[in-house]
Amino acid sequence: MTTMSLAKGVNAGLRSAMEHDDRVLVMGEDIGRLGGVFRVTDGLQKDFGPARVIDTPLAESAIVGTAIGLAMRGFRPVVEIQFDGFVYPAYDQIVSQLARMHLRSGGVTTLPIVIRIPFGGGIGAVEHHSESPEAQFVMTAGLKVVTCSDPGNAYAMIQQAIACDDPVIFFEPKRRYWDTADVDLSAEPQPLFASQVVRSGTDVTVLAYGPTVRTCLDAAEAGALDGLELEVIDLRTLSPLDLDPVFASVRKTGRAVVVHEAARTLGVGAEVAARVSEECFFSLEAPVLRVTGYDLPYPPSRVEDDFLPDLDRVLDGVDRVLEG
Amino acid sequence: MHLIDHEPVQLLTPDGVRVAHPEYSYAGDDSDIRLLYRDLVLVRRIDTEATALQRHGELGLWAPLRGQEAAQVGSGRALLPQDFAFPTYREHGVAWCRGVDPIAMLPMFRGSALSGWAPEEYRLAVPSIVIGAQTLHATGYAMGLTLDGQVGHQDPDRDAATIAYFGDGATSQGDVNEAFVWAAVFEAPVVFFCQNNQWAISAPASRQTTVPLAQRAAGFGFPGIRVDGNDVLACQAVTAAALHTARDGGGPTLIEACTYRMGAHTTSDDPTRYRDAEELAAWEAKDPLTRVRTYLEAVGTPPTFFDDLDREAELLGERLREGCKALPEPDLATLFDQVYAGGSPELAEQRRTYEGYRGSFEESAS
Repeated sequence: MTTMSLAKGVNAGLRSAMEHDDRVLVMGEDIGRLGGVFRVTDGLQKDFGPARVIDTPLAESAIVGTAIGLAMRGFRPVVEIQFDGFVYPAYDQIVSQLARMHLRSGGVTTLPIVIRIPFGGGIGAVEHHSESPEAQFVMTAGLKVVTCSDPGNAYAMIQQAIACDDPVIFFEPKRRYWDTADVDLSAEPQPLFASQVVRSGTDVTVLAYGPTVRTCLDAAEAGALDGLELEVIDLRTLSPLDLDPVFASVRKTGRAVVVHEAARTLGVGAEVAARVSEECFFSLEAPVLRVTGYDLPYPPSRVEDDFLPDLDRVLDGVDRVLEG
Repeated sequence: MHLIDHEPVQLLTPDGVRVAHPEYSYAGDDSDIRLLYRDLVLVRRIDTEATALQRHGELGLWAPLRGQEAAQVGSGRALLPQDFAFPTYREHGVAWCRGVDPIAMLPMFRGSALSGWAPEEYRLAVPSIVIGAQTLHATGYAMGLTLDGQVGHQDPDRDAATIAYFGDGATSQGDVNEAFVWAAVFEAPVVFFCQNNQWAISAPASRQTTVPLAQRAAGFGFPGIRVDGNDVLACQAVTAAALHTARDGGGPTLIEACTYRMGAHTTSDDPTRYRDAEELAAWEAKDPLTRVRTYLEAVGTPPTFFDDLDREAELLGERLREGCKALPEPDLATLFDQVYAGGSPELAEQRRTYEGYRGSFEESAS
C-alpha cells in the first residue's frame, strides 16, 4: 500500500504508462518544466526528457490538432487541457476531427489520444476554472469519456485510457486532487468502461461521478446516522455508460438520485434518468431525481457552495425521492 | 511596406516560353514535362467528368479544381513516396499524384462513403472539409517524423516531410495560424502549400489579407515564397526545394501559389453573382495547361502524343462514369461498428435495434 493523493495517482499512472510504452507522449501548457499548474505531471520531463514531455505553445486547438497528427504517425499522445473552461478553443478539433477520424477513414485510422481535463468547481477560482463540460463530449459519437474519483482509480484509469485505441476524454476532479488514500499499485484494476458500486445499501440508489462521488459517500455516512441505507454507484465511465449495475441497484431500491456539478438540462443525469425509466419502470417507486448545478454559467466563487450539490442537497434529493 | 518580392517565381510564361530564375530551376527534361502535361490533362478530365456527373445527379456535390491543376500537379509531383500530404476537398490533382484511383475520389461526393481511400496506403490523409483543420494534423505528423528520426540525414530514401494544402480563405483561420506557430517553434518538417485561388466562395482574397500571404511567414519566423500557381514547372521546383529544406531539418516553408479557381466553389455555387466575366477571361489567358502544350509543341513534340493523350483522357472519363455508377451503396448498419476502434456496447445495442426495425419490414413483406 502506498499513500498518495489523486494528483499523484495520475502522475504515477502516467509514469508507468511512459515506462511501458515509448510511444506515449505527454503534451500541454506548462506541463514540463513546471510540472503542470496542479503538478500532475511533476517530474516527468526531468525523467523522460523534453521530446516526450512537451511544453507546448499556448493554443488548445493546436494541442489537440497536432496530437491527431502525432497519433496518425503512431504515437499515443496524452494532452492536458489546463482547465475545463479552456477546452472550447479545441472543440472543433475534438468534435469534428478527433471523434470522427476512425469512422471517416472507414475504420482504418485509429487515434489513441487521451485528453486530460481537470474539471469541476469548489476551489474558489475565477471564471472558466470550475466548469463541468462533460455532457458536451458524452453526446459526441466517437469519443469515450471517463472520470476518476479517487487516487486508486486515478492511477489505474489513466493507464487504461492510454492503452485504449479510441480517443478518451479523461476528466479529473480538481478539488479532489489533494485527497489522499492508500493505493495498492499492484492490484488488478476493474475494466475502464465499468461503473462501480462503492457503497452498498437498500433504500435509495445514488449515482455520482468525479467530484460528487466523495460528496455522495459523505451523504451516505450522514444518512446512515438516520437509519438510511444509500447505495452509492460511481459511474466512472460516461461514454459508454455502464448502467447494468445501476439497473440492478434500482430494481433493488426502487429509487434513484443522480448527482453532478454540471447544469441539469441535457446533463448526464438526464440520460441516466431516461435509461433507468426505460429499463426499470416497473421497479421504480418514484421518479428518478437529479441533484445538479443550476442552468447558470458558473457563479462567482463566493457563492459556489450554493451552486454545487453538497451533502445537504444530496440528502434533500434522497428525502424527496423517498416521499415520491 | 512590402517585405517580400511580389513577383511570383515563374519558369514557364503563359506564352509557353521557359524563363530563368536566379534561385529556382526545373530539374527535369522535356520527357518529364510531357509526363507533367499528361497529369494536367488527365486531372482536368477527372474534374470535368465529375462536374458532369454531378449535373447528371450521380454526385451530390463536386468541388471543381479547374484552373488549379498546375499548383496541385507541380506540388504533388514534388513529393517523395515517404512524404505525407494533408489535403482539402479540392485536392483531386494531389490525390492523382499520390496514386489514388480517380473513382475513389467520388464516394465522398456521391454520399456513399465519408472518404475514399486508406490514408497510410497513399500517404495522403482523407480530405478535410473544415477549413484549415488539417494544417495542425500535418504539423503534428511532421513533429512525429522528427521524433522518429526521419529528418536531417541527407538521405533521400529516409528523410521525410509533410505538406499541408489549404486556400487563401483558410489563412484567416486560427488553426492555420496556430499551425504556423507550432511548426516554427518545433522546426517541424512541414510545407504549407497555400493555393491562393483568389476566392473563398464569394469572399475575395482582399477580404482575408492586405499583404501578400507569403509575407505572413516572416512574422512566424520561416520563409515564405510566392510562385506562379499556373506554372507547373515553377510549382514543382519551389515545392521540391521547400520539401528538401524540411526533410533536411530546415523547418517549415509557406508557399503561396497564385492561381485562380476558374469554376464555382462547388457545384452548388454560382460565381456570376460575385465576380466579373472579365476577371475569368484574364485568368483563362494564363491557363495552366495551354502554356505547357505551347511549349511542348514548340520543342517538337509529335502530334500523336497529344492525340494519344486525348484518347487516354476519353477512356479515363468513360471509366469514371461507369465506376461512379458502380460504387456500392452504403449500409447504415456497418457504420455502428466503425465509430470506435474498440467498439461500444451502446452502439452495438443500437445496431441491433436498427437491424431489427429494418428486418421487421422484410418479414412483413414475405
